[in-house]
Amino acid sequence: MNQSVLECKNICFSYHNLNGETKALTNISFQVNRGEFLAIVGPSGCGKSTLLSIIAGLLKPESGEVLLNEKEQGHIGYMLQQDHLLEWRTIWKNILLGPEINKTLTKEKEKLADKLLADYGLSKFKDKKPCELSGGMKQRAALIRTMVMEPGLLLLDEPFSALDYQTRLSVSADIGTIIRASGITAILITHDLSEAISLSDRVLVLSKRPARIKNDIPIHLTLKDSSPLAARNAPEFQDLFNLLWKEISDEYNGT
Amino acid sequence: MNRKPINASHAPLRESPLNAQQLYIKKHHRHHHLVAMLRLLVLISFLTIWECAGRFEIIDTFFFSSPCMVLSFFTEMLRDGSFFTHTGITLLETLISFLLITAVSILFATLLWYSKTLSEITEPFLVVLNSLPKSALAPLFIVWLGTGVNTIIVAGISVAIFGSIINLYTGFKSVDSEKLKLIKTLGGNRFDAFHKVVLPSSIPTILSNMKVNIGLALVGVIIGEFLAARRGLGYLIIYGSQVFQLNMVITSIIILCVIAMGLYQCIQWAEHYYKKRA
Repeated sequence: MNQSVLECKNICFSYHNLNGETKALTNISFQVNRGEFLAIVGPSGCGKSTLLSIIAGLLKPESGEVLLNEKEQGHIGYMLQQDHLLEWRTIWKNILLGPEINKTLTKEKEKLADKLLADYGLSKFKDKKPCELSGGMKQRAALIRTMVMEPGLLLLDEPFSALDYQTRLSVSADIGTIIRASGITAILITHDLSEAISLSDRVLVLSKRPARIKNDIPIHLTLKDSSPLAARNAPEFQDLFNLLWKEISDEYNGT
Repeated sequence: MNRKPINASHAPLRESPLNAQQLYIKKHHRHHHLVAMLRLLVLISFLTIWECAGRFEIIDTFFFSSPCMVLSFFTEMLRDGSFFTHTGITLLETLISFLLITAVSILFATLLWYSKTLSEITEPFLVVLNSLPKSALAPLFIVWLGTGVNTIIVAGISVAIFGSIINLYTGFKSVDSEKLKLIKTLGGNRFDAFHKVVLPSSIPTILSNMKVNIGLALVGVIIGEFLAARRGLGYLIIYGSQVFQLNMVITSIIILCVIAMGLYQCIQWAEHYYKKRA
C-alpha cells in the first residue's frame, strides 16, 4: 500500500521572456503513495499549476526529474479548471473523446463509459449537449471523460473553482467520494483551504514564488470515512484550517 | 414549510402567462408584417416615381431608362436567350471563384495555424496584398492569362483570398487555449487538436467568412468582365454604356442585384441550417 506512485526530485522551473527570467519552482521534492489523496495549496500565482503541468508531462522541468511508477506511466488523468466539454458534441461523444484520440475505442470502453454515466447519475443526459447540463453535472461529465481513460494517477487543477459556492461544496464532496471509492491516487491543487482539508490525506504548502515546499501536513480527521462534507465538522478541522491559514498568510505578509 | 401555499396560489394564474405569450407572438408577427409591407411600399414607390418621372419628361429616359423599358428589354433578353448565356457565365465564374477562395483560404489558414514561423514570415505580405486595391492587378492578369474565363476567375479570387486567409487564421487562433490543453492531456497531438477542436469550433467563422467571400467574388468577376470578356453581365454593362444602351446597363445591374441577393441568401440558409442542427 505504501508504494510510491510518483516521485518528484528537485524540480526547478522558470518562465522566460525578453524582460528576463521568472523563477516559478525551486527544488520541489516529494513523493505520493498509491491510493493517497494529496492536496497542494499555496498563495495565488505561486506556480501550483506549473507543477501539475510538469507532472503531467506538458512542461519539461529545467532541472530535476519526475519519476513515475511503471504501472502509471502514460496513465495520467488531468482535470482542468473548467469542464471544457466541446459544445458541439453530445455528452456521450464528449466522454469518449480520450479513447477516440488514442484510437482505443472498444466495446469495453463503451461499457465502462456507460457504467460511469450510471454511477455518476448522468445516464439520462447521454445524448444531451453540454449546454443543457448544470455546472455540477458538466464537471461530473468532465470527470467521466478523465476516468474513462482509466488513469493510475489523477491530477486535479482547481477543478471546482469555476462553480458557484453551493455547487462547489456538493460537487467537490461528490467527486471526492467517487475518487476515494475508486482508490485512485490523486493530486488536487486548490486555493480553498477547507476543500484541501476535507478531501485529502496530506496537504503540501507551497511558498510564494519561486515556490518551494514550505510544509507537509498529514490530515487525520476522526470522521475520515464519512463524506467530505461531514469532514468539515470534524473536531480537528478548525485547528488544521488555522494552521494552514497561518502558513499561507505568513507567505503573504513575510517579505 | 410555507412554501407550498405560495406555489398553490400561483396555480390558478397559470392561464394568464399563456395569453401574454400569445399576445407577444401576435405583436411580433404584426411587427414583421408591417416591416415587410413598408419594404414593398418603398420599392413600389421608387419604381412608380421613376416611371412617372420618365413619362412626364422630368428625366430623360435615354439616359435614365424606365421600369417599363427595363422590363421590355428583359423579356427580349429572355426571348433571344442572351439572358441565360450572360447570367450563366457570370454565375459560373463567381461560383468557381468562390469555391476556390474558400478551399484555398481554409487550406492556407490551416498551414499558418500549424506553423507559427510560417505565419510570422507571411504576415507582412498578406497584409500588403490584402490592402492593395485588387482592381489594379486586373490588367496584369490580362497580359499574363489573356482575355477569357481564366482571367476573370483569377480576378474574382484575387479580390477576396487574402482577407479570407487573414480572417480564418485569426479565427483558428482565437480558439480557447485551454481546450487545446485538454486535447494534450488526453494524449492528442496537434492534428487531433485541429480536427477535434479548432475546425469544429471555427465553423461559424468559416460560414460568416463565406458570406463575405461570395460578395467579393462577384465584385472581382465583374471587374474582370469589364476588362477582359466578351460575355457576362460585366461585359453587358460596359458594352451598353459604350453604345449608349442604358436599358442594357440598368437591366444588367438589376440582374446583378438579384444574383448577389440569391447567393448571399444561399449561405444564409446554410448557416441557419447549421445553427439549427447544432
